[in-house]
Amino acid sequence: MAIENPQPERVNYLNKEYGIGSWLLTTDHKRIALLYLISITFFFFIGGFFALLIRLELLTPAGDLVQADTYNKLFTMHGQVMVFFFLIPSIPAVLGNFLVPLMVGAKDLAFPRINLLSWYLYVIGGILMLHCMATGGVDTGWTFYTPFSTAFSNTKVIEAGLAIFVAGFSSILTGLNFIVTIHRMRAPGMTWSRLPLFIWAHYATSIIQILGTPVIAITLVLVVAERSLHLGIFDPKLGGDPLLFQHLFWFYSHPAVYIMILPSMGVVTEIIACFSRKRIFGYSFVALSSIAIAVFGFLVWAHHMFVAGISVYAALVFSLLSYAVAVPSAVKVFNWTATLYKGSIHYDAPMLYAFGFLGLFTIGGLTGLFLAALGVNMHVHDTYFVIAHFHYIMVGGAVMGYLGGMHFWWPKISGRLYPEGWARLAALIVFIGFNLTFFPQFILGYVGMPRRYYQYPAEFQVLNVLSTAGATILGVGYLLPMIYFLWSMRYGKPAPDNPWNAAGLEWKTASPPPTFNFDQEPVVTWEAYNYEELDAPHREEVPVAG
Amino acid sequence: MSEHSSSSLVTYVGIWAALIFGTILTYFAARIDLGPFNAAVALTIATTKTLLVALFFMHLKGASERLLKLVVISTVFFLLILLALSMADYGTRAWS
Amino acid sequence: MHSQAAAVHPEVHNPALLHHFAEPQQQRDAASLGMWIFLATEVMFFGGLFCAYLIYRIKYFGDFAAASQTLNAALGAANTVVLICSSLTVVLAVWAAQHARRTMLLVSLVLTIILGFAFLGIKADEYKEKFELHHVPGASFQFQKSIPGHPDQMANPQHAQIYFALYFIMTGLHALHMIVGIGIFTWLLYSAWRGRFTPEYNTPMEIGGLYWHFVDIIWIYLFPLLYLIDLHK
Repeated sequence: MAIENPQPERVNYLNKEYGIGSWLLTTDHKRIALLYLISITFFFFIGGFFALLIRLELLTPAGDLVQADTYNKLFTMHGQVMVFFFLIPSIPAVLGNFLVPLMVGAKDLAFPRINLLSWYLYVIGGILMLHCMATGGVDTGWTFYTPFSTAFSNTKVIEAGLAIFVAGFSSILTGLNFIVTIHRMRAPGMTWSRLPLFIWAHYATSIIQILGTPVIAITLVLVVAERSLHLGIFDPKLGGDPLLFQHLFWFYSHPAVYIMILPSMGVVTEIIACFSRKRIFGYSFVALSSIAIAVFGFLVWAHHMFVAGISVYAALVFSLLSYAVAVPSAVKVFNWTATLYKGSIHYDAPMLYAFGFLGLFTIGGLTGLFLAALGVNMHVHDTYFVIAHFHYIMVGGAVMGYLGGMHFWWPKISGRLYPEGWARLAALIVFIGFNLTFFPQFILGYVGMPRRYYQYPAEFQVLNVLSTAGATILGVGYLLPMIYFLWSMRYGKPAPDNPWNAAGLEWKTASPPPTFNFDQEPVVTWEAYNYEELDAPHREEVPVAG
Repeated sequence: MSEHSSSSLVTYVGIWAALIFGTILTYFAARIDLGPFNAAVALTIATTKTLLVALFFMHLKGASERLLKLVVISTVFFLLILLALSMADYGTRAWS
Repeated sequence: MHSQAAAVHPEVHNPALLHHFAEPQQQRDAASLGMWIFLATEVMFFGGLFCAYLIYRIKYFGDFAAASQTLNAALGAANTVVLICSSLTVVLAVWAAQHARRTMLLVSLVLTIILGFAFLGIKADEYKEKFELHHVPGASFQFQKSIPGHPDQMANPQHAQIYFALYFIMTGLHALHMIVGIGIFTWLLYSAWRGRFTPEYNTPMEIGGLYWHFVDIIWIYLFPLLYLIDLHK
């Protein structure tokens, strides 16, 4: 469907101005999205590097690659970088920033300068984190549990805390911008029920960012204060309660996982609708389930603390609520499946990632329910079962969604088509590599291998070797898109405005879009996912192969 | 945005007087032994004062849509969740 | 959503209207919603501290009461009055901007800033006293006092230190927000003096005011919680 004869290049957001200043001082949400893309990809590789070292160490039962203290730093920094500097920004800061104004029909986000500020805050937080890592790192686990982090650790806890504090502010400003944009900047005719579900997903994500992030911010302030001044707020020797830290930490960090998954669900919804050529089944259920996930997500945090010493009555309440929070996610899975049913399925790369998401997120989500059962939790808490569970959701879910979205919207973002053959191959490699890495970890956890240990009994070696092999394959799968996306910017076929014949306002403007998004302000008179209309003119055409 | 006139000036001064009165009330109520209700009384007065500031000084009362009120109510709701569910743990530890 | 009358003749174009907004009302509404959402984040930010405070106050009530009574409740009440008066001057300033009353606007803004400094001054005085009594948490912390109502029971100094830790962090964070608020209002004063605010455009005044009132509200809760524990004993 690509245009064979490239037209003279129109003025778009990429070629409107050149020079580093025009990028570093831009207020164009699309350019800011690309600034974020470069930064988070950088941190993805840093986090991946730590993962590589972890998996290398775990090839053998003995602790022979690094020392125990170093290993503590490896898994800590892997977690911190991946959570705070990759996963939480990823889809909202890249795809959200790029697409939210386009999808609602606006010229930009509500507060473009605050958008730029949020990127600079991310960069400052990132630099602090890099400096922290370069000058000794942190070894407390990404969870910073007290009193180890406040009273005993000899590593750079304060600097890491500050880095995350600053990055958190970036996250808050992004969420704030999205909420105001979605409320105040919709084009005429774009009612709430005509919004793409990607927007609903980002709206729900933004609610969590607004309400949750400040709590971890103040918690980090308390940790820094306690560590500097030995206050006793979290130190049992001084009358403090370490569990108070955990309550405050997880009040944010549990909803944070929904910040990481909801945007991905939004991406998957758009992809499934487009590549089934059907309106999403149960639009209002999917929209409301996003909001429900955001709300319920705030009610379950102490399921991370079942064995920490909380009251068993509180544990019962949180266990029950944790079962409840799975329901809206399940609603989405059912709706996606129903959308696929009798759809006209196309197996382009984005759809392959969406399929991967469906299966892997379901496994990850269901294993979450296993963990929510108090009896099971006693046995598998702090084992590789938990690690497998959250990687299934974060990597099998969130990252797959992110990659699928990058492929789906790449023509819009770059004005180029990526090579479809390589993309499908990469998707397959990622899927195989992922499962080989993490499925053995469910078994490892179940038979008792603890997490955060650098040595283990010899009988666990086979599964660990499989896992490391999978991680290598997964790494290859991640490298491929890097290479061909970059390649496509120079050598890829120029993309038409709507290569997928997809629904959504973003497809009604040029690829890449002009700086102010639309030549004329759109007026929306159609419902979302109007695939029947989009496909109707083609029915009389002679079907073409491919 | 609601329309303002000199009658609103009178309202502002009236609210100010109510806030001052609330402060004085809080201070002196603390000096009386109300048993377990001292904290409740103090917090009730504080909440009333907050409502006055929010509704009248921050113009929440005249806001044309319910969105701003929804923002405030949701925030307070989630803050209460933090407090209540944490207390659900601390309050029931002694029961085990 | 804004109206269809989005196309504006250049002559009527408001210089304060940013390019990505279709009309001034949309820009105003966006700014207002943005500030309210920011205040929501601030509520949650302080909320974590209130949570910690709530839990420890219930757990160590006697020790907290003992520690609290070393504060000067009268000064705390005076500071509350100062802030309430400043909220009045703020709301009068916003009104003056909306009604093009330049003198009233400038006077109200100046009074607001003065009251802000008065608050900080009283707070500084309180902090100085705490420092002199060795009630600042850290290496030189000392606390010897009986629990109010139980003259034979000494308060646990470690638990008292937790009280003071929370006291300093909560009031310190609040004072930091006051300083930022004074900064914002200094900038508003300058802008008002330059004639930047008109009945058609005074959004910075309005949202600056929202921020100031929020800081006042935080203090409205801090005062009774920190200063008035078991005062009747």
